[in-house]
Amino acid sequence: MSEYRCPECGYTYDEDKGDEHEGYAPGTAFSRLPDDFACPDCSVRFKGDFDKL
Amino acid sequence: MKGYTATLPDGEAIYYVDRKRYLWTLSVIYPLQPFIGIWLHAETGNEAWLLLPIFLGYVVNPILDWVIGEDTNNPPEEVILQLDRDPFYRVLTYIVVPLHFVSLIGAAWWAGTQSLSWWGFLGLAVVAGITSGLGINTGHELGHKKSKLERTLAKIVLAVPVYGHFWIEHNRGHHRDVSTPEDPASSRMGESIYRFARREIPGAFRRAWAIEKDRLERRGKSAWDTNNQILQSMSLSVVLQVGLLLAFGWKMIPFLIVHNVFAWWQLTSANYVEHYGLLRLKDEKGRYERCQPHHSWNSNHIFSNLVLFHLERHSDHHAHPLRRYQSLRHFDNLPSLPSGYFGSYLLAWVPPLWYRVMDKALLALPHIDGDLDKVNIEPEKREMIFKKYAESGSASS
Repeated sequence: MSEYRCPECGYTYDEDKGDEHEGYAPGTAFSRLPDDFACPDCSVRFKGDFDKL
Repeated sequence: MKGYTATLPDGEAIYYVDRKRYLWTLSVIYPLQPFIGIWLHAETGNEAWLLLPIFLGYVVNPILDWVIGEDTNNPPEEVILQLDRDPFYRVLTYIVVPLHFVSLIGAAWWAGTQSLSWWGFLGLAVVAGITSGLGINTGHELGHKKSKLERTLAKIVLAVPVYGHFWIEHNRGHHRDVSTPEDPASSRMGESIYRFARREIPGAFRRAWAIEKDRLERRGKSAWDTNNQILQSMSLSVVLQVGLLLAFGWKMIPFLIVHNVFAWWQLTSANYVEHYGLLRLKDEKGRYERCQPHHSWNSNHIFSNLVLFHLERHSDHHAHPLRRYQSLRHFDNLPSLPSGYFGSYLLAWVPPLWYRVMDKALLALPHIDGDLDKVNIEPEKREMIFKKYAESGSASS
């Protein structure tokens, strides 16, 4: 399981934890997030922009 | 005054003092403006004083912007982190939250308990509305932050103008879609503010609801669940407005209707001037380019920025939505409004004047240079606008 970080605001998606508030269960792979996934904190960076940590 | 020390890349040590530090308290006390009118009315018995905040907002503010002028200074990059972390600035945004409630309740109390003429009553409702519109600005600054406290305060303060959906609509919708034809909160060339309002107000609500519904569905919940953040804020609005109705009687019905409409109109006015005609272009795969600094109109006018938590440095805000107000920067050659927001609103409310000034400024922007294909145009006016500029020869297409 990996972590992915928004290069603009630092929001980090941790596949182990998912994101409960956004409705992504623990264990949800980053690749399984919607194609139009936008950073939940800044909304100005998208799935393809995220950096794998 | 508090200062910050840092070292520049060349090794030089600097000491930076933010000269606006204490002036930002203007953004905190400005929402108390209804009480100036109420106090002067109580002292003199002349109801006309109740309208003073309208005069301050739309006559005195533009004059002060013109007289005091602009400030293009930026804090050095090396102190931004310290400036962002300084609790003083964020505490100001916390203090103003209860003041918005105090202002509305105070104005409602005066309107509900004094025997006012129809125009004094109406004027006070308008003043209360434009003041609560500033609450959307407070909610805007707070709602962009990551902390639970600030996000909660945003939802609370947005209950005053009954705009609880704004936090979701603006952060998750407008910032994503800004300066595209799909964005109900970005105005188009040739679109009057009155037409824009009819697209923006319902469009923004629909987008916010769809975003929140999607989120709740992913969590296996109904859109009407208590976790719906729009409904959380709106519930507080209901408590507040029904409370005022019970406290001050039927007079609160017209008062609150006028108040709510004018509060929303403040946001509509701001949205209208912030991105007028600006368009993000699509790449070869059909995706919109990232929002660039030239996709927002800006103003560096000192006074109106000081009462609006620096909202008018709008390009940097869209580039870095989480950046705190005290750290927002000016950049050279950005699209610039002719005045601060209050003066620009006056222009926007008279569409022929707005078009005369802004269409010219829009087409003269370096990245557009007369090319109407690079402008977000109102579809119904498209043919007319192309014809007009083809004839005058000032557009390249």
